[in-house]
Amino acid sequence: MTALTVPARAERDVSPRPVPWRRMAWVTWRQHRIALAGVAALLGAFAVYLELSGLQMHHAYAALIACHPADSTACQDAGALFTGSYGIKGVIAAILLQAVPALIGAFIGAPVLGREMETGTFRYAWTQGFGRWRWALAKLVLLAAVVTAAAGAFSLLFSWYVQPLFAVGYTIPFTPMVFDLRGVAFAAWTLAAFAIGALAGMLIRRVVPAIAATLAGYAGLAFAAGLFLRQYYTTPLVTNKPDLPGSAWAVSQWYAKDGKFAFPARGSQLVDAVMQLCHGGTGRGPGISGPGSPAQCLTQHGYTLWTNYQPGSRFWPFQWIEGGWLLALSVLLIAVTIWLVRRRAA
Amino acid sequence: MNVVETSGLGKRYGRTWALHECALAIPAGHVTALVGPNGAGKTTLLNLAVGLAEPSAGAVTVLGGVPAGSPAALDGIAFVAQDAPVYKNLSAGDMLHVTGNLNHRFDRAYAQDRLAELGIPLKQKAGRMSGGQQAQLALTLALARRPRLLVLDEPVAMLDPIARHDFMATVLAAAADGVSVLLSSHVLAELERVADYLILLSKGRVQVAGQVEDLLAAHRMLSGPAGEADRYADRPVVHVRRGEAQAHLLVRAGAQNPVPDGWEAHPVGLEELVLAYLREPGAAALPGPARGRGATMTEVAR
Repeated sequence: MTALTVPARAERDVSPRPVPWRRMAWVTWRQHRIALAGVAALLGAFAVYLELSGLQMHHAYAALIACHPADSTACQDAGALFTGSYGIKGVIAAILLQAVPALIGAFIGAPVLGREMETGTFRYAWTQGFGRWRWALAKLVLLAAVVTAAAGAFSLLFSWYVQPLFAVGYTIPFTPMVFDLRGVAFAAWTLAAFAIGALAGMLIRRVVPAIAATLAGYAGLAFAAGLFLRQYYTTPLVTNKPDLPGSAWAVSQWYAKDGKFAFPARGSQLVDAVMQLCHGGTGRGPGISGPGSPAQCLTQHGYTLWTNYQPGSRFWPFQWIEGGWLLALSVLLIAVTIWLVRRRAA
Repeated sequence: MNVVETSGLGKRYGRTWALHECALAIPAGHVTALVGPNGAGKTTLLNLAVGLAEPSAGAVTVLGGVPAGSPAALDGIAFVAQDAPVYKNLSAGDMLHVTGNLNHRFDRAYAQDRLAELGIPLKQKAGRMSGGQQAQLALTLALARRPRLLVLDEPVAMLDPIARHDFMATVLAAAADGVSVLLSSHVLAELERVADYLILLSKGRVQVAGQVEDLLAAHRMLSGPAGEADRYADRPVVHVRRGEAQAHLLVRAGAQNPVPDGWEAHPVGLEELVLAYLREPGAAALPGPARGRGATMTEVAR
């Protein structure tokens, strides 16, 4: 029997210098160029459409504001025609754009690690001299930077595109449909979607389920933020004036009587109150606020309509708050992903 | 220097130990074969050695005391995992470039020459190569890193006989250049030709470890009358094969040990030896003065 070999001393206990970070740039580009090209093509086609359609809309808007006198029937008709034809285009563009971060998360974020895990190539990648967590960090940061920058540039284009629709009052910057497509929010949502995708790929280790999980996770987060979270970024202002500034975002409305909360200005309690108080004639008015309308009826009965709102001047603070927490979330998700890469057993 | 050294090494997946109390020292300069039945812990041991997995117990060092998975270890060890994973959508040339970028050392000229020799065009996508070509590409990438230790997990399992032969020829050429090789395999016949160090794992434990030469010299096959086989119950018998008239005993005994009357002694081959131990998971042959000979033997014949 052989004797146990004497354990050799470690050869000079110097760790080799790490392989330079910049080497990952080419590797990342080479591996993901098809996906990146896909995103570039998608955003590029979109950009061309927005550019052409936007130029048309800006021309039409220039003609509209040149219309004189502004309160003439002809000008009013031109205004209606403008919102009629360009408003719907804006809505469609916004809906399509809402899908862009989700698609980037699903088709760039999810496969980054998901495909390596699914095909077993992580066993190749993680045993190269570069080191596995450095490899993951370099890849994720590079790709995240590229998609975030692309989204940021794109949101500038959309901001320009949508200006006339704000100017004619068709929509306001706070509208959930457009708020997260402008400013820093669009780039931040894209980054977050990418980070969600990367983590999903690492956790699920299969590309297609990871894509599905990314779409679901992103959609859930985006809806939750738009419906429940955004309105509380700062304490809303309160007013009992019936007319809000045009750019303000009414968060909630309720009726109060004798300085006390009565019922929310929506839903079954409002309907019950109107049925009860305004029964017979007065409750059957043509509009909600005109003479003989339920609103007027309630006012007659001593109820006041109060509104919680976020003024339009808070647009940028809100953008930075949303961008800030999304950035923090993305950094956290990417850090968790890299931690998983680091400790995950083969 | 030991290219792989483990002490008390264990790896647990859930509640089962894939590898348990594994103590090994694989000296440099060998082609080491890691054999054992399915689920014996071969892949687990290799994953621990290349740093893909973290030990649940004990420690593993490589290349003379470097912790597995550390930058120095990654730098000096090249690993080809089972099924030779390469990026299917990249060409051979791109794979060279990727591997070159991910490592300090990369001998591009060597890699290009080898691929040319193998008839693999640089433009060919890895996904369009045969299994043999893919394995050769993965091996070429590994060797071009000029590793001190080459680790191969079931490298020839999926290959046809010719591809298998070519692959092993490359491995042997590398070994001749001074690269230590550690490979796991099911194909016993192949090992006879390539391996000069053997590790046999069974149920997560090391059953046999040592230089092939020494192991072969320390075992004999005794053939004699079946009725007398029981007389050797007190001898270090590894495995007994009984026929109608004759019994064959694989025993731990060198050429200097006397052969009983009426019995014949034959030297054993590596395949025979491995098979005998595989059939007797309780038997063990381990190096080291710490383990008494008797303690490692099992009584087989009664």
